[in-house]
Amino acid sequence: MHGYHLTIVLAPLAAAIVAGLFGKKIGRAGAHWITIFAVGLSFVLSALVLKYLYWDGGHAENYSVYTWAVVDGLRMEVGFLIDRLTALMMVVVTFVSLMVHIYTVGYMHDDSGYQRFFSYISLFTFSMLMLVMSNNFLQLFFGWEAVGLVSYLLIGFWFKRESAIFANLKAFLVNRVGDFGFILGIAGIVMFAESLDYATVFASGPAIAAQNIEVISGVPWNAMTLICILLFIGAMGKSAQAPLHVWLPDSMEGPTPISALIHAATMVTAGIFMVARMSPLFELSETALAVVVVIGAITAFFMGLLGIVQNDIKRVIAYSTLSQLGYMTVALGVSAYGAAIFHLMTHAFFKALLFLAAGSVIIALHHEQDIRKMGGLRKYMPITYWTALIGSLALIGFPGSAGFFSKDALIEAVRESHWHGQGAVYWIAYLSVMLGVFVTALYTFRLFFLVFHGKERMDEKMRSHVHESPWVVTGPLILLAIPSAVIGWFTIAPVVFGNFFGTSIAVTERHDVLAQLGREFHGSWEFILHAFQQSPVVYLAAAGAVTAWYFYLKRPDLPDVISKKLSGLYTLLVHKYYFDDLYINGFAAGGRAAGKFLWQKGDELLIDGIIVNGTANTIGRLAGILRQLQTGYLYDYAFAMIIGLTLLLGWMLWF
Amino acid sequence: MIGLQHYLTIAAVLFALSVAGIFINRRNLILLLMCIELMLLAVNFNFIAFSRHLGDETGQIFVFFILTVAAAEAAIGLAILIVIFRSRRTINVRELDSMKG
Amino acid sequence: MDLTHLILSILIWVPILGGVAVLIVGDDGDASSSRADGMRVLVLLVSLLTFVLSVFVYSSFDTTTADMQFVERFEWIPELNVYYYLGVDGISAPLILLTTFMTPLVVIAGWDSIRTRPAQYFAAFLILEGLMIGVFSALDGVLFYVMWEAMLVPMFLIIGVWGGERRIYATIKFFLYTFLGSVLMLVAFIYLFTKTGTFDLFAFMEAPLGMTEQKLIFIAFLLAFAVKVPMWPVHTWLPDAHVEAPTGGSVILAAIMLKMGGYGFVRLSLPIVPDGSEYFAGLMIALSLIAVVYIGMVALMQQDMKKLIAYSSIAHMGFVTLGFFLLWSIDSGMGAELGMTGGMVQMISHGLISGALFLCVGVLYDRVHSRQIADYGGVANTMPVFASFMVLFAMANAGLPGTSGFVGEFMVIIASFKANFWFAVLAASILVLGAAYTLWMIKRVIYGEVANDDVAELKDLNQREFIVLGLLASAVLLIGLWPGPLVDMMSVTIDQLVEYAGRSKL
Repeated sequence: MHGYHLTIVLAPLAAAIVAGLFGKKIGRAGAHWITIFAVGLSFVLSALVLKYLYWDGGHAENYSVYTWAVVDGLRMEVGFLIDRLTALMMVVVTFVSLMVHIYTVGYMHDDSGYQRFFSYISLFTFSMLMLVMSNNFLQLFFGWEAVGLVSYLLIGFWFKRESAIFANLKAFLVNRVGDFGFILGIAGIVMFAESLDYATVFASGPAIAAQNIEVISGVPWNAMTLICILLFIGAMGKSAQAPLHVWLPDSMEGPTPISALIHAATMVTAGIFMVARMSPLFELSETALAVVVVIGAITAFFMGLLGIVQNDIKRVIAYSTLSQLGYMTVALGVSAYGAAIFHLMTHAFFKALLFLAAGSVIIALHHEQDIRKMGGLRKYMPITYWTALIGSLALIGFPGSAGFFSKDALIEAVRESHWHGQGAVYWIAYLSVMLGVFVTALYTFRLFFLVFHGKERMDEKMRSHVHESPWVVTGPLILLAIPSAVIGWFTIAPVVFGNFFGTSIAVTERHDVLAQLGREFHGSWEFILHAFQQSPVVYLAAAGAVTAWYFYLKRPDLPDVISKKLSGLYTLLVHKYYFDDLYINGFAAGGRAAGKFLWQKGDELLIDGIIVNGTANTIGRLAGILRQLQTGYLYDYAFAMIIGLTLLLGWMLWF
Repeated sequence: MIGLQHYLTIAAVLFALSVAGIFINRRNLILLLMCIELMLLAVNFNFIAFSRHLGDETGQIFVFFILTVAAAEAAIGLAILIVIFRSRRTINVRELDSMKG
Repeated sequence: MDLTHLILSILIWVPILGGVAVLIVGDDGDASSSRADGMRVLVLLVSLLTFVLSVFVYSSFDTTTADMQFVERFEWIPELNVYYYLGVDGISAPLILLTTFMTPLVVIAGWDSIRTRPAQYFAAFLILEGLMIGVFSALDGVLFYVMWEAMLVPMFLIIGVWGGERRIYATIKFFLYTFLGSVLMLVAFIYLFTKTGTFDLFAFMEAPLGMTEQKLIFIAFLLAFAVKVPMWPVHTWLPDAHVEAPTGGSVILAAIMLKMGGYGFVRLSLPIVPDGSEYFAGLMIALSLIAVVYIGMVALMQQDMKKLIAYSSIAHMGFVTLGFFLLWSIDSGMGAELGMTGGMVQMISHGLISGALFLCVGVLYDRVHSRQIADYGGVANTMPVFASFMVLFAMANAGLPGTSGFVGEFMVIIASFKANFWFAVLAASILVLGAAYTLWMIKRVIYGEVANDDVAELKDLNQREFIVLGLLASAVLLIGLWPGPLVDMMSVTIDQLVEYAGRSKL
């Protein structure tokens, strides 16, 4: 198996290096064949690994590949922990990546940076696999930052666009704020556990939780709470949780395939994966879990609202991604790790599908992204239409779709999470995820109707050119639509309620909401019936979709009227709650002003001006006074000599 | 009786005159050279006086040395003086201030 | 004839004598004459020979002992018990390797861009190389001091003769700043001589010293080394010197001369005056953290690329001093060695990365003759290969895992968390600040539309530049992906250093 693992990781890396360094020699076709082959190989082997671990009953493996360095008894290694959680992530990552590779052949076919693009996405696959397959915090951080790097490079792929290079810098910096917390969390772990290895750290979890650390002297904090919150700050950056979410909508400046791969399906879910992986630690701190719940709930609901007022097709989906990531985070916070990972998986499929469908629309319309200039595309692009419909239904949780199972399980888990108490945390979480369902359906179908139904609002010239995309684009759409539609049926039983994850996720008995739900679970069909009978979720989703239909197809004049009536709320939403303004005009400008002040007043004026040059100038001035003594006349010197001699003699005689 | 102190007094007077000449004189470089010669003479006077007083001839030998050196010095001094005059067209001490700070 | 036992002398004198030979060969006063070409080949051969010899030191280096290796000891001034005493251990050997690795690169980088007095220019670098190796291998106070001061002369000339417009101001500032500090170091040596009757550094380490003496000696050392590192607030010579220095000068200055300060702390301050170091450790940590945060912010606002990289160097060197002085804030368990190792690795890594960034700026400067960020924009359009390199080095500067920049920072942050949560918070702020200033520069220089005609006419890297940057990139990635060998080389020595620094002399 070890050979498999190494091949899975190294094949995309090798392909990335070849396509990146020798792109000119191997040509465009060479670049896409080699990377597609490598990622395809990774996918097949990942599937085999999953099969081995689940169906063949293989054992999880945890081993080191090489020792990075050993200092002070701290072993820093590169190694793999391959259990079912990892295997599932590997399959999801390589599958979506493979689809995106194929799709890119069509999407980027006239771009001059073709080879570079393939090199980057292969490199991304490598980094993401390193992240999920890691068995220690060092490698986790490596993968964590490496995916951030590739994300940076890909958002700024069209580096001539000012907006793209602004967005990539912003994405990297906001992520770095998260990483700042993350690396402190890792440092905390090393401080208490004296190891970077997952197994060792998890084993010493209870010992860590029993200790306190005084961050502010006199105020002891539980060490585990501190560590988990710091780690979660990292997850907030990578998984774009409020208030570190601002980079994700801007990241849509990148080409659409990477929005699907990186900013919807895989990289942004790294934070979710990480918290699930760290479940043995998070379980030991209810405070940290409460923080996770609240942050996730806020993101899930409020970011969803923003999706309603956006007019850029990709940004609507981006806000939807934020909201769905919030859902997953809430699930983590109520210890329903299985539900979070399950939603992560289904979301990867249907969100990648939606993005790729959006990309298909965008190329058909020659890079037009404004949904106000679309409409009625249904008859021109049937495959895109149907696949996008499947994706949208999955997103809103249409009964039977993959999204339904994952979201419903998740919401049920939140409802059951009484161990958070009946206070604010519980209600914030529960109300957010419930209302979020309505909002999700509203923005999803607003987008869907505006793009595919209603009046054709593009100009005449454009309309005559619109046609269905080539098979390299539609093929991946279909391949992604299949799991989006049906995968929930087969997988909910084992993944959420069964014992799929085994020991890779640890939940304490008190927190185990999924086990409680599992007792009432009697198959997928029952689950759907149950949803109709006992939960408002399905009806909320339907209400959202109907509202969208009424506002955007039946009475398209209404949204304007409402936005004028509620202009305060509308402005707030259009300005995205003023987060960007706060960060750009507050922190970034403040940082620059502080830098300028320290430079010009601190360095140049105080240190250089007053102290360094000041000393030099004072000496210069003193010398200017003293030089007056040097008249240059012989007789003055002679006189001074005589006086000096006399004084000297006098002194010698006197004493 | 003319004793040692008389000789010494004359030497001191000569020395004081020469010193005063060096810094009171602000005109002529030649006068400066002459004052220096005078100073050396004052020293010679002391040497001779002490030589006689102590009965040791070494002092007198020194006088010859000093006279020789003084002659050489006068020659070099005059040469410098001429060079200065050539380059600056003056030997006025007041105008020789190139060492001014 | 086996010259193994003289290898350090050979390493020191080959480049110095080579430099003299280069001066004799000369360049006919014309940089494109055939004589000048021959001279350049000679320079390259000498520097490569030195590198090969240093690889020999590396290959026969024994990583299991903390003792000095390749020791040479000859009488020099017997009246004062001064010896010509050389040797290397785990903290000096990597720095010597860094020196011999960087010098050929600087030679290649300056191959045709130096048009005035090339022979003197290259000779200065060769002599400088020998002297720097001398500092890293000297085990006698007087020899150390002589090498330390002599090193200033070639650098003074390099900035003063081949520098930019304000080179005179910069050289004088550089010289006075560094000289002021090092004279006090000499005073400390002389005081220690009066105590021990010798200038042997090991005798200094064993000498019993009272608390007041230790404090004063520490301050004397501190001034010498803090200026070199440079630590806030004695750092202001560095931006000026870098801006005015020619590319090669900046590279050597950033890559190696700054390391003298860090090396001085570990070779002299910590073992000779452990109690004094402990007494001032809080101050040192504070200054290091100020360097990280304050200088990081200052770097953000720089308009001149070289100044930006210079400020970034100060911030990164803050990690070195932070790592060295965490020792006493860590009660027990792991951490002390981690911080120390992190500081050492950071020195090596910073040498490579800042050198590479200065070379990148040099590549642009050779073509456009401007260092102002505002004069560039969209360089990636015309120089894609160069842009890839520059982004790589920028990422390394921002401490991306997988590059050498991460290794040291990671270790130091971990160690500082152990010492105090807030130390770690301030230190980790470099993750954000470092990325902000480096990548903002990248955004303005590399990305975007072609900004002006100068940029539109840029030619991508030539073979020579490609080799230089390629070698540096390999080294940066190698250390980033596998720091094991480097760390192993230092670990035993650092064990011993921690032990020396931890014992009290009172």
